[in-house]
Amino acid sequence: MSHDHDHDHDHDHHPEAPSPVEARALALESLLVEKGLLTSEEVDRIVSMYEHDIGPMLGAKVVARAWVDEAYKQRLLEDGPAAVKELGISYPAGTQLVVVENKQDVHNVIVCTLCSCYPWPVLGLPPTWYKSPPYRSRMVREPRTVLEEFNLTLPDEVAVNVWDSSSDVRYMVLPQRPQGTEGWTEEQLAGIVTRDCMIGVARPRIPAESAAR
Amino acid sequence: MSVDNRVAHLEGEAALPRKNGELVFAAPWEGRAFGLAVLLSEKGAYAWNDFRERLVGEIANGDDAYYERWLDALQSLLLARGVVTADEVSRRADEYARLERDPVF
Repeated sequence: MSHDHDHDHDHDHHPEAPSPVEARALALESLLVEKGLLTSEEVDRIVSMYEHDIGPMLGAKVVARAWVDEAYKQRLLEDGPAAVKELGISYPAGTQLVVVENKQDVHNVIVCTLCSCYPWPVLGLPPTWYKSPPYRSRMVREPRTVLEEFNLTLPDEVAVNVWDSSSDVRYMVLPQRPQGTEGWTEEQLAGIVTRDCMIGVARPRIPAESAAR
Repeated sequence: MSVDNRVAHLEGEAALPRKNGELVFAAPWEGRAFGLAVLLSEKGAYAWNDFRERLVGEIANGDDAYYERWLDALQSLLLARGVVTADEVSRRADEYARLERDPVF
């Protein structure tokens, strides 16, 4: 073996020099490891958790339960962190989770105008567009226009509430349960709740094949 | 800069991708930068809000390469707290850039 480490990446043999920003990220991580503040395995774990285990499927589970269980829905609207914990989702202390409910005449949508605050424990990491300056500034100024760009056209009589997240309070949208889902299991219901529905830029839709049944 | 990154950081009216299923991190270093900041806060090295305030500042002052601003915020917080020195960060980054260290995340 010509190399003295156990990685098996393509660039082992012809390593390319990292870009300045990559080099800086590598530098910080290696220094923090040397100083005993963290290990690379711990960083791996966080990254993988946010890539695979923590994601909108958790929020979808919460929404589906609220759809089938009115008492749970009330608890969720009153105390978000406590209600998601009931479903085994851990929510870190110190931040609030406020769940805002869509109704026939009210549509809610979330944004973080300053940076990228987002309810990670239930939705995972925000999509790239959520962090983009146009979304952050325009959703507050012209929510209806931006929603139309997401193919969500709201009738004039529906009020749009835009919730600006902060470090202390994160919001999640509880979408309306679509008609035609009577008798569905929680699992089936969770399957139609997408990340975008819980941000508020989409509404749950019944896939064509289910509607036909 | 990767294509994903360029698309993600486009400015102006055309900059709102409307599809689900994007990559969370456009490059491995973005995931590492994310993980470092979250982990250090979880371990009590700083309060999350201290990081967030710096991130807001970096985003307001810099261009919108999001995770680069994230890394700037992390570095400036660690420098301010005396966890690392500017000198050791730049020396270490040079070693990686010159391939004196194996650049594998």
